[in-house]
Amino acid sequence: MLKSIKQDWLSNIRGDVLAGLVVALALIPEAIAFSIIAGVDPKVGLYASFCIAVVIAFVGGRPGMISAATGAMALLMVTLVRDHGLEYLLAATLLTGVIQIIFGYLKLGSLMRFVSRSVVTGFVNALAILIFMAQLPELNPSTPGVTWHVYAMTAAGLGIIYLFPYITRKIPSPLVTIIVLTGVAMYLGLDIRTVGDMGELPDTLPVFLWPDVPLNFETLAIIFPYALSLAVVGLLESLMTATIVDDLTDTSSDKNRECKGQGVANIASGLLGGMAGCAMIGQSVINVKSGGRTRLSCFIAGFVLLLMVVFLDDWVSQIPMAALVAVMIMVSIGTFSWSSITNLKEHPLSTNIVMVMTVIVVVFTHNLAFGVLAGVLLASLFFANKVSHFMLVTSEINDDGSLRTYKVIGQVFFSSADKFTNSFDFKEAVDKIIIDLTHAHFWDITSVSALDKVVIKFRREGTEVELIGLNEASATIVDRFAVHDKPEAVDGLMGH
Amino acid sequence: MTNVVACIDGSSTSPAVCEYAAWASKQLDAPLQFLHVLDKTETPAPANLSGSIGLGSREALLSELTELDEKRGKILLEHGRHMLEAAKEIAVNNGVSQITCKQRRGDLVDTLKELEPEIRLLVVGKQGEDGDSLGDHIGNNLERVVRTMHRPILVSPHDFRQPQSFMIAYDGSATTRKGIEMVASSPLFKGLPCHIVMVGTATNDMNAHLDWARKILEVAGFSVVTEIIAGEVKHVLCDYRDQYDIGMVVMGAYGHSKIRQFLVGSTTTKMIQHTSKVPLLLLR
Repeated sequence: MLKSIKQDWLSNIRGDVLAGLVVALALIPEAIAFSIIAGVDPKVGLYASFCIAVVIAFVGGRPGMISAATGAMALLMVTLVRDHGLEYLLAATLLTGVIQIIFGYLKLGSLMRFVSRSVVTGFVNALAILIFMAQLPELNPSTPGVTWHVYAMTAAGLGIIYLFPYITRKIPSPLVTIIVLTGVAMYLGLDIRTVGDMGELPDTLPVFLWPDVPLNFETLAIIFPYALSLAVVGLLESLMTATIVDDLTDTSSDKNRECKGQGVANIASGLLGGMAGCAMIGQSVINVKSGGRTRLSCFIAGFVLLLMVVFLDDWVSQIPMAALVAVMIMVSIGTFSWSSITNLKEHPLSTNIVMVMTVIVVVFTHNLAFGVLAGVLLASLFFANKVSHFMLVTSEINDDGSLRTYKVIGQVFFSSADKFTNSFDFKEAVDKIIIDLTHAHFWDITSVSALDKVVIKFRREGTEVELIGLNEASATIVDRFAVHDKPEAVDGLMGH
Repeated sequence: MTNVVACIDGSSTSPAVCEYAAWASKQLDAPLQFLHVLDKTETPAPANLSGSIGLGSREALLSELTELDEKRGKILLEHGRHMLEAAKEIAVNNGVSQITCKQRRGDLVDTLKELEPEIRLLVVGKQGEDGDSLGDHIGNNLERVVRTMHRPILVSPHDFRQPQSFMIAYDGSATTRKGIEMVASSPLFKGLPCHIVMVGTATNDMNAHLDWARKILEVAGFSVVTEIIAGEVKHVLCDYRDQYDIGMVVMGAYGHSKIRQFLVGSTTTKMIQHTSKVPLLLLR
């Protein structure tokens, strides 16, 4: 116990504190930008980022991962906030947390194994595209306050972000960008949009408050669909990020604890006036890159974020939106999986279609859950199609032409059932046929009824039918998959 | 339950661990296994605090970290192999014939737990690699090892001295009574004079316990000296040990709960702390 506390919190203090500071600085523009996406005051996102980061540091399952208010979640809230207001968002946030805790106890984290690699890549890319698209209104000339100054400042910001690390890597370049651009805007007295124009900033520590909504069925009917989407997307992004951090640090994490932790963090956020959030891919990469490895870095990030925002709120409100846009463009570029583009040529077409489909669905629905659902469905269909090729029916006739023996080998299920039926020659006039199923596997009811159909058809032609090895073939229908996990069952599956 | 397993980590205690393991292996006529566990310690990459991520940052970071770990892992593996070779040489010089070496990755305690069925006696050093400067304190792995394992554990001091006698810290409890039986039936101490020490003021009850223990050991062929001394456990045991120049101390380990240990401290931990010259055999 003590050992694990030491390991989880204090094994890398210097690296974690520095990384926590870097992440805190990067979280501020993100939290503000995501609040604006969701259509709420910046303070809602900032409080959320503080709460989630600090709480998840204690209750999360993946040390070294950063959670806060995220774009994926913010995009789901837009219509809820627009139609019903902030209080309903807070209530939905609470409910999201509850659902996530239930998912955690049901161990639904293990369902992640159905989400294939290409769906994950599609999710990440779609997220990057959405974050980028959310910046476009700030660059749209028809938005009031957007002049050529904004373009110049955004370009300058991006220049600083990517070129400053060549001068020194000791100071976070996004911070330099924000300070320089704010200074320039204030010095020149430019009339451009600033964070202060976007809504209220926090001036106090967050206080406990119960969402001011009527506690009735109507409220539940409004918030439940949103909460469910939020819970699913939050867990998806968190578990994907956890896998990325697992890979980067070559350590393992407790995925079910992470699910419950995300739930607890969201409940805390909802009660302190924050929006729902989840793990952040970009920030977690920044954290690992800056040397953060334990729970301490996430805690420091949340804590420092709040301190800076509460005590520097006058300064924060002066930050021009152009600086935030530059930072967010960096985040979206960093989130995008570049290798997925270069790999397009090498990967099989079905994989590429799954990835691109996931991206397209997300970009059109603005809901990552739908994209993942589409991707998973498509991937399953492709898989079923591939496996259905592993079915073969051979036949031979005896010398006097009265008996034909069909041998079925391989997987018979919904996708290969038609192929199975079509492999028999019903027109042939023989006295008797034998269907040898010893080397076949019947996986579902569709395959069984296909077999029935074949038998009946032959009988109607006046042909006698004999089945061999039906028991072995149908053993796989039994839905007790645990049996098949045992080595001897696998032997039977491959061998019989 | 066959091997004498000695944990080697390259600290200054390791040679003594090898010698004691060799001694035990010969006494028990059991094969000797040297174990080196490559603990994955987290040493993060050279910090890059620029906080910027661009195209392909994640992939670049992954390959950078993998490369670093690869280099470090290779060096550690090589280092461990040299240590095991050195340990083997010590054991061969001591006349042990059946020696195996084993290198595993992971956490020490987890690895030992996996190996537990094959372990007859575990030999460990008092302090680990980074504990050489810790003075009297016990290494950070040792207590966890002792608490998890259900095998006898020999805690080696810094230098080896051929044991010429041994003492058993006895309190009449079920654990130590079982310990007496284990000592009596084991060939480890064959031929060495035995001292049984009880701490407290003599009562009939204690005398009865002591007589029982003496009888068991005498039947097994030991020459036995018994003593009841009043005082504080740690002081009594250490004083007696030094006075009679005892070669090894045998005691039950962590008989009480963690909560009690937190409140009053553990005799076992205190005894390990004062094992600067004489090895300690902990019976679970």
